[in-house]
Amino acid sequence: MASDVPLMSASMKEPSNIDRRYFLIQSTAAVGTVGAGFAVWPFLSYWSPSEKAKAMGAAVKIDLSKLQPGEMLTPVVAWRGKPVFIIRRTEAMLNSIKETSLTLADPNSENPEMQPDFAVNPWRSSNPEYAVLLGLCTHLGCSPKLVSVGNFEDASGGFFCPCHGSKFDLAGRVVAGVPAPTNMEVPPYRFESDTVIVIG
Amino acid sequence: MAEANLEDKKTKIDEAMEWVDARFPATETWEYHLSKYWAPKNHNYYYVFGFLGIIVLVNQLLTGIWLTMNYVPTDERAFASVEYIMRDVNYGWLVRYLHSTGASAFFVVTYIHMYRALAYGSYKAPRELLWFVGMAIFLVLMAEGFMGYLLPWGNMSYWGAQVIISLFGAIPFVGPDIVEWARGDFLMSEVALNRFFALHVVLLPLLLVALVFVHIVALHHVGSNNPDGIEIKKKKDNQGIPLDGIPFWPYSIVKDLFALSVFLFIFLAIVFFAPEMGGYFLEIPNFEKADPLKTPAHIAPVWYYTPFYAMLRAATYPLFGMSAKFWGLVVMGGAIALPLALPWLDKSPVKSIRYKGVLSRWALRIFVVSFLVLGWLGVMPATKTYTIMAQLFTLIYYAYFVLMPWYTTVELTKPEPERVT
Repeated sequence: MASDVPLMSASMKEPSNIDRRYFLIQSTAAVGTVGAGFAVWPFLSYWSPSEKAKAMGAAVKIDLSKLQPGEMLTPVVAWRGKPVFIIRRTEAMLNSIKETSLTLADPNSENPEMQPDFAVNPWRSSNPEYAVLLGLCTHLGCSPKLVSVGNFEDASGGFFCPCHGSKFDLAGRVVAGVPAPTNMEVPPYRFESDTVIVIG
Repeated sequence: MAEANLEDKKTKIDEAMEWVDARFPATETWEYHLSKYWAPKNHNYYYVFGFLGIIVLVNQLLTGIWLTMNYVPTDERAFASVEYIMRDVNYGWLVRYLHSTGASAFFVVTYIHMYRALAYGSYKAPRELLWFVGMAIFLVLMAEGFMGYLLPWGNMSYWGAQVIISLFGAIPFVGPDIVEWARGDFLMSEVALNRFFALHVVLLPLLLVALVFVHIVALHHVGSNNPDGIEIKKKKDNQGIPLDGIPFWPYSIVKDLFALSVFLFIFLAIVFFAPEMGGYFLEIPNFEKADPLKTPAHIAPVWYYTPFYAMLRAATYPLFGMSAKFWGLVVMGGAIALPLALPWLDKSPVKSIRYKGVLSRWALRIFVVSFLVLGWLGVMPATKTYTIMAQLFTLIYYAYFVLMPWYTTVELTKPEPERVT
C-alpha cells in the first residue's frame, strides 16, 4: 500500500480517507471509460458506407429481352460496383447442371450464406432459365471468365478463375479440389416481368 | 498464500520494467515529466489551460485526419465534399463540428493561457524561451486557422483568404510578386486551395506538435511559474523536493481532468446546440460556394482574428511616403510580434501581478479591455466612429507594451513572500 502513495515533499501530510479516495478514483475511471467508448463510436461509424454509398448500392433494374439463349449478358452489369453475371441457359446447359459429370463441393447449395432461400435448388435461381451470379471468385475476389463448350471438363462449360484456377459450373457451384471454398454468391433479385430483373 | 503470489507477480512486473528501462527511458521519462515533476501547490484554475490546449490539439488532429478521408481539395468538389461530409457520411456532421468548434476553442484556451502568462509574469527569466516557443505556437496556430478556413471553399473562405493574401501586397517593391507567388495564380484558385490544404493538414500540424513538445520540454526544464511568481525550487527539503511542490501526477492531472469535464460540458453544448454560434464560428456567407466574381456584403474574419483585423483597418493615414495599407500591415504585424519583447519590456523586480504596483494592474486591465473592444470592432463594419475607436484602442494596446519599461520601473511593488501563499 505504502508504495502506491505518490512521493511527496516533507511538508505534505499523508492522505486521509483512503477508501473514499479509491472509490472516487475508480468510479471516475469507470465513467470516463464509458464516455471514451461513446466518443470512439462516431469515429468508427464514420468509416461505414455513407448514405451516398448506400444510395449508389441500391437495386438495379435490367432488361433481359435481348439476351439470347446460351449467352451471358454483356456488358456485365454492376450492382454495388460488383460484376453480376446473367446467363440465359439453354436446355442442354440445364441438363448438364442436373446430370453433372463434375465432382462438386456443395452440389445442393447447403451453405446458406451463398444464396437467398429462393435459390436453394439445382439451378440456384428463381427461374431455371436465368442464372444470376455475383461475378467474383469466392477464393480471393477475382472475376472468373465464362468458358464455353469444349474448354471445360463439363461439356456445357462453366466459370474459370484466371487468378488461382478455381472452377465453377453454370450454376456457380464450385468444383471440388480448387482453391475457392464455396459456390459463387447469388445476389438477391426478383423478376419484375418475364424479361425485366431487379437486382438488390 | 495469496499474498505470496501477489509478491511474485509484482517482481515479475518489476523485472519487465527493468528490462524495458535498460533499453528505453520509460520510468525515467514518467518520473521526470509526471510523477516527480513538481508543480507549485498554489496553482489556480488559470493553470489548466495548457492541458486543455493539448486536449483541443488532439481533438483537431483526430477530427482533422478523419475529415481528410472525405474532403476533396479541388475547385469543383471542395464545397460539395464538405456538404457530403455533413449530410451523407456517418457522424460526418459531428466530426466537422468538433473540428470547427475546436478551432474556436483552441483560440479561447490559448488566449486565456496567454493572459495567465501576462498576469503572473510567466514570460520573465528564466522562462523567456518558453514564452518564445509559446508565441511561435500562437503564430503557427493563426496560420493553421487561416489556411483551414479556406478549405470549405465557401464564399467567406474565398474572400477572407483573398484579403489576407493581398495584405502582403503592401510590402514595398516585392509585395505584388509575393502575392502572386503565394497564390500561384492571378486570383485565388484551386492552386492556392491545394497548397493551403497541404500546409493545413501536413506541414503546420507537424510544426504545431513539434513546438508543443518543445514547449513542454522547456517548461519542465525551468519548472512551472505560479500565481505568486516566486521560484519553488529555491526552498527544498532534504530530499531535494521543493517544499511547495506537489507531484504533477496525480495531483495536477486530477485537477486538469476536472477542468476537462467542465470544458467538455461547454464545448459539446456548443458542438451540439450552436455549432455556427450565430455566424461567429461558421460565417453565414460560407454556406455559399466560393464565387470569384461576388464579394460578400460584409466581410469579417472569424472572431479570433478580429482584434488584429481591427488594428489592420485602423491605419488610415499614409505616412512617411508609405501607403495606409502598408502601415496597416505594420501595425497588425507589430501587435502580434510585440509580446515577444515582453521579457525585456518588463523591468519590474517582481513577476506576479499580485505584487506589482497599481500602474501594472491598471495597465493589464485596460489592455484586456482594449483587446476585447478591438475584437468587437473587428466584426463591426468600418464606419467613421468605429474607425476612430479602433485607432484609440490600438494606441492603448501598443501603450501597454511600449510604456511597460516606464510603468514597471516607477511604480511601487509589494514584497514577494518567501513561500507560496
